[in-house]
Amino acid sequence: MGAYELDGSPYALERAALQELLDVLRAHGYTTVGPQIEHGAIVYDELHRIEELPIGWTDVQEGGSYRLERRNDDALFGYNVGPHSWKRFLSPPLRLLWRARKTEDGFEFVVDEEPPPRYAFIGVRACELHAIQQLDAIYMAGAATDKDYQRRREALFIVAVNCGKAGNTCFCASLGTGPGVGPGYDIALTELLDGEHRFVAVAGSVRGAEILETIPHRSATDADIALAEATIAQAARRMGRSLETAGLKELLYRNIDHPRWEAVAQRCLTCGACTMVCPTCFCFSIEDATDLSGQVAERWRRFDSCFTLAFSFISSGSVRTSAKARYRQWLMHKLAAWQDQFGAIGCVGCGRCITWCPVGIDITAEAAALRAEESGQLQPEPAAV
Amino acid sequence: MATQRKPRLAVWKFASCDGCQLSLLDCEEELLAVVEQVEIAYFLEASRAVVEGPYDLSLVEGSITTPADIERIREIREASRFLVAIGACATAGGIQALRNFGDVREFAAAVYAHPEYIETLKRSAPIAEHVFVDFELRGCPINKHQLLEVIAAYLHGRKPNIPTYSVCIECKLRGTPCVMVAAGVACLGPVTQAGCHALCPAYGRGCFGCYGPMETPNTASLMTWWREQLGASPQTIVRALRTYNAGNEVFRKESEAYEHAHD
Repeated sequence: MGAYELDGSPYALERAALQELLDVLRAHGYTTVGPQIEHGAIVYDELHRIEELPIGWTDVQEGGSYRLERRNDDALFGYNVGPHSWKRFLSPPLRLLWRARKTEDGFEFVVDEEPPPRYAFIGVRACELHAIQQLDAIYMAGAATDKDYQRRREALFIVAVNCGKAGNTCFCASLGTGPGVGPGYDIALTELLDGEHRFVAVAGSVRGAEILETIPHRSATDADIALAEATIAQAARRMGRSLETAGLKELLYRNIDHPRWEAVAQRCLTCGACTMVCPTCFCFSIEDATDLSGQVAERWRRFDSCFTLAFSFISSGSVRTSAKARYRQWLMHKLAAWQDQFGAIGCVGCGRCITWCPVGIDITAEAAALRAEESGQLQPEPAAV
Repeated sequence: MATQRKPRLAVWKFASCDGCQLSLLDCEEELLAVVEQVEIAYFLEASRAVVEGPYDLSLVEGSITTPADIERIREIREASRFLVAIGACATAGGIQALRNFGDVREFAAAVYAHPEYIETLKRSAPIAEHVFVDFELRGCPINKHQLLEVIAAYLHGRKPNIPTYSVCIECKLRGTPCVMVAAGVACLGPVTQAGCHALCPAYGRGCFGCYGPMETPNTASLMTWWREQLGASPQTIVRALRTYNAGNEVFRKESEAYEHAHD
């Protein structure tokens, strides 16, 4: 048995069965969302037909660079992750919390009782499933529960996909968060491109099994399963990057005053792009507004970023005014303090912050530089200064 | 019960294209709501009826470019309880601040048959260089929703919700993939203040920097990337930084670093 053992009794699906899967999910009242090409990148949007997937496309990623390229096959899931993450569906970037209207003797709340959509995510990668589980711990496991997140999350149906390739900025293998999906999915697919184009499908929940039963399938053969496992294992060997996690928290805490922070601050734009694309960054701010007449007040919740000055603004001003302080805060929280706070590293190795940093700052390189310096090795040169 | 008089709103123009005050007329539906709350006391683009000051809120468009402008802006400041500078001209000197990089007498001699009739200052300056400004609303032109927010905040004595972070955050909020990363398009978004809802990147164009520098701009790092990774020439960099906010200190200094550089 390989390292990426498939659970349950795997089925084999033909490509046409995936359309039936979408149809069945939609018939069950789910809004199906999946990868699609938009503005030269693979983003997540409502998915009605399998033909809308980025069929035959792949992504080539590097620090600060992302390009789509044609594959030499018709793979449906032959790429890694793009600029969107599922958090924008579970915890929307902008959300009206409440609206209040002045009345003769005070004010009344106007609450939007429209229930959130019931989503079925199609093509959730292993790292992304881990990221969703991180959000669960943040929004649902603590003392306070985010009710809106909880409603969206509890209704969510997850069709996960094992990665058959790894990108240059991927490093999930070193974090143990991929490329094979772990528990938490409803259905997990592995796309097989050798021979007949087919998918090995495994149910991870009762409702997943029920849905799977209703679409055309056959039992997967031993050869199907072996090929699926080999495909994932191959992706694991082709990770473009890695992050050494042994003693990482202590390493970072020991190096809070390391000159490397100043060096990265020279490059950091403090634009906040890394936090926006990160599938686990969860910070938000609350904004109150009134209309011109002063009769209506609204409270909005929006994604926030620890890279803005307003984020650390207190009565006497912003606490973290330098780029150094803000980059260090972000990386230290993500890789070290997160462990104290939530019991795990806050990074899932998806590589989005590396690819989508406009100047290609690499979280793995920054962590490695601190480690290398401590162990007396030469510090790797930053990609661009 | 005595009814309070409505706050008086005045809209003033200096060296500018009128686009920012047009944003107020462009409010259309919301304009009626504005008129319900304030008395439009001075707004020549909308009406020649003029109510004498003092004014509760003055919106000032345009840059200071003549000695007469200096006199007039001081009078306006005297007559205004709150003064808000609106647009790139009023907050950074506007595109006409390109004159700040040359000799205005030479320009006048090249353009006018009788330059001796032209009385002008050496530099095109933002309003805040001459009088105290209560708030600066950026943009070329300003965004009408932000203008309404500033007016509403003034009316109700609260701080306006006008973010000073980068355009990148607005791209991400609306879900636009980064044009620089995904298409290699030179974009000023990472060093530019939000406010336009990341309009240009949503149409595949790089940000032109209409809202001026964001709160903590690292132009040196971005331009190094443009140069080394996107192959931008020094001339491209200088031109990108010298548009609507050419007179802003941050963009001016960065452009000067590339002014005499060659490929």
